[in-house]
Amino acid sequence: MAIATATQVSNPLPQADIANITGSKALLEALIAEGVETIFGYPGGAIMPIYDALYDYHDQLKHILVRHEQGGIHAAQGFARSSGKVGVVFATSGPGATNLVTGLADAMIDSTPVVAITGQVYAHLLGTDAFQETDVINITSPVTKWNYQITDAAEIPAVLAKAFYIARSGRPGPVLIDITKNAQLQLFAYSGYQKCNHIRSYRPKPIIRKEYIEEAANLINAAEKPFVIFGQGVILGNAEKEFTNFIEKGGLPAAWTILGLSALPTDHPLNMGMLGMHGNYGPNVLTNDCDVLIAVGMRFDDRVTGRLDKYAKQAKVIHLDIDPSEIDKNVKATVGVWGDCKETLPLLTQLIESKSRTAWIQRFKDHDAEENKEVIFAELHPDTPVMTMGEVIRNLNEISGGDAIIVTDVGQHQMVTCRYARFNQSNSNITSGGLGTMGFALPAAIGAKFGAPERTVVAIIGDGGVQMTLQELGTILQTEVNVKILILNNHFLGMVRQWQQLFHDKRYSFVDIASPDYVKLAEAYGIAAASIESRDQLNDALSKMYHHDRSYLLEVNVGKENNVFPMVPQGCSVSEIRLK
Amino acid sequence: MKQEYTITVYTENHIGLLVRIATIFSRRKINIESLNTSPSEAEGIHRFTIVIVETEEVVRKLARQIEKQVEVLKAYYNNNEEIIWQELALYKVPTAQIAEKVKVERLLREHGARAVVIRNDYVVFETVGHREETDRLVQVLAPYGLIEFVRSARVAIIKESRGFHEKLREFEQAEPMGELIENEFLNQQKEIFSM
Repeated sequence: MAIATATQVSNPLPQADIANITGSKALLEALIAEGVETIFGYPGGAIMPIYDALYDYHDQLKHILVRHEQGGIHAAQGFARSSGKVGVVFATSGPGATNLVTGLADAMIDSTPVVAITGQVYAHLLGTDAFQETDVINITSPVTKWNYQITDAAEIPAVLAKAFYIARSGRPGPVLIDITKNAQLQLFAYSGYQKCNHIRSYRPKPIIRKEYIEEAANLINAAEKPFVIFGQGVILGNAEKEFTNFIEKGGLPAAWTILGLSALPTDHPLNMGMLGMHGNYGPNVLTNDCDVLIAVGMRFDDRVTGRLDKYAKQAKVIHLDIDPSEIDKNVKATVGVWGDCKETLPLLTQLIESKSRTAWIQRFKDHDAEENKEVIFAELHPDTPVMTMGEVIRNLNEISGGDAIIVTDVGQHQMVTCRYARFNQSNSNITSGGLGTMGFALPAAIGAKFGAPERTVVAIIGDGGVQMTLQELGTILQTEVNVKILILNNHFLGMVRQWQQLFHDKRYSFVDIASPDYVKLAEAYGIAAASIESRDQLNDALSKMYHHDRSYLLEVNVGKENNVFPMVPQGCSVSEIRLK
Repeated sequence: MKQEYTITVYTENHIGLLVRIATIFSRRKINIESLNTSPSEAEGIHRFTIVIVETEEVVRKLARQIEKQVEVLKAYYNNNEEIIWQELALYKVPTAQIAEKVKVERLLREHGARAVVIRNDYVVFETVGHREETDRLVQVLAPYGLIEFVRSARVAIIKESRGFHEKLREFEQAEPMGELIENEFLNQQKEIFSM
């Protein structure tokens, strides 16, 4: 007792808890405090002190060495999308940091929570064109939700707390923290980590106004032909259940943007399919026929709306979004309901009348039947000698049962996969929607598997996109992560070729792309592989890929000049969608 | 209809915010006519005053994009009828001309110019006023050997504003509560922008 008292007297302040640690160590402590377990990254000169500290943390933080920083950030995005957590990526200064830019832009436009940590030259060298110095803060400002340069280690705990709070709250997005080398090395008095839950200048969620909910409910109740269109806001808000309750009570047919895909199971009777340029026939045509259009957590991208001045002009528009700047941005809302749809949807559900709207839903089914006759049946059950992408996806559905995480790249295969893949649960569709980043799928699939290790991850990629980030096969080799790679090879940059065929008189300008021998390539990386060309091999090959206990690459050679239909040509209205 | 709008932005003092705000305009190919940063009535809060010529719809969208920045507390926009504004201008004129020509002296007096520095070789005058007024003085001084001219950005006071103190207190509350109305603009779109 006497000793304790003596101790207290000699330490009147709780300074016993304050230890001198380096900035690097404080950074790793911050990551642990934020629940981070997996980091994707690539070392280099200006981030070496952090990697040195990481050496002692290998049992708490798993670091995945990627083959290129772009692969690192796409993996962090895939991780975030499959797990719902913040993805973390490390890169060094200069080229390491600039290689992150595509992924940051992708995460920005697709609202993916990512924290990127970049090394930077010593503070005294800033602005001197030092070795591997780039002005990463200014380069990344337009493509980050927030960014900050740390030059003093004492800033690290508070800035990291802010970074994670900003990345994951409100409308999520990427945050970049640039840390000068001196700050990484610097010892400072560390008094622990405190999570951030408030920044006075930052409102992650607008305040919900009941009167707008009431107005919206009145519009829905008075509607004869209400139509719900939803996006990733439902997934990001963990509001799948609230959303389903809403449409079920109101008997509201619902269609999704490609980022909203998987929020509502494919089999749900109110799931009317996909919106937009290559979306389904009914949802596009009936957008210009509904009387009330209810947009939930989506942002009216031009690929969804087609020509804006002919978009849903007859309808009253209700727009639910967490980001106030999205309301009225592209489509003028009759009623803007600001707020997190997790909170606004239940309030709206309470006020709407329970209805079935059979006749209205039948209109969607009629359009569906026509689309099926004109497009879908031939795509899924072709009588052509060459395989179609659609039949590959149909076969995959039978094998996966709709339980896989499907990661797609960009182009024809992406549209076909989004149209035909089955999903039973949310957070299962990972694709580069807003930015359309070719090369996204392979690294994102690696990240997705780390984010959801218990699930099967299938990356579906075209022969163009896969050659953009092929180097990440090395990451698979080293980490032995179990990712299924399904290459749909049409020996063309297919989507561009389709446009050249339809809109440029078939002048095929640099879309004829050669591929390496993918089987040999995979084997060089220790990945089992096969390549098929005929339909009778398809089911067995897919099944073998799917059930293989390790990574597997399957190349399926499909029809060279197949097109994706339906299609809303650019500059046309959604109701001018073409079936062929 | 395009007209002059003054956007008033209350922000934290953060390096890099200027770039973020500037790119909101440059990305959309909108020219900034005038930009001023200064302290505001609230301690520690900075105030950007930005002038652009645009339609109200575009300005409203820009204001929302600005407010979306993490370090921005609030962005208001107003047309010229809703604000009191001034710009400061400096004119450097050869002393000999002023000493010799009575007319110059009269011109300066008519335009309310005030001498700031008087030297053997030149005199620096200042005026405070609207752009048209300073422009007019430049025109009349030009024939008399105007050596240098510079005009500051616009600073503006919003007529209807009750200042930012109260708003700042709301922002500082850790958990904003129900009574706090943030998107009142929906009721009064014509009035001061607020969200």
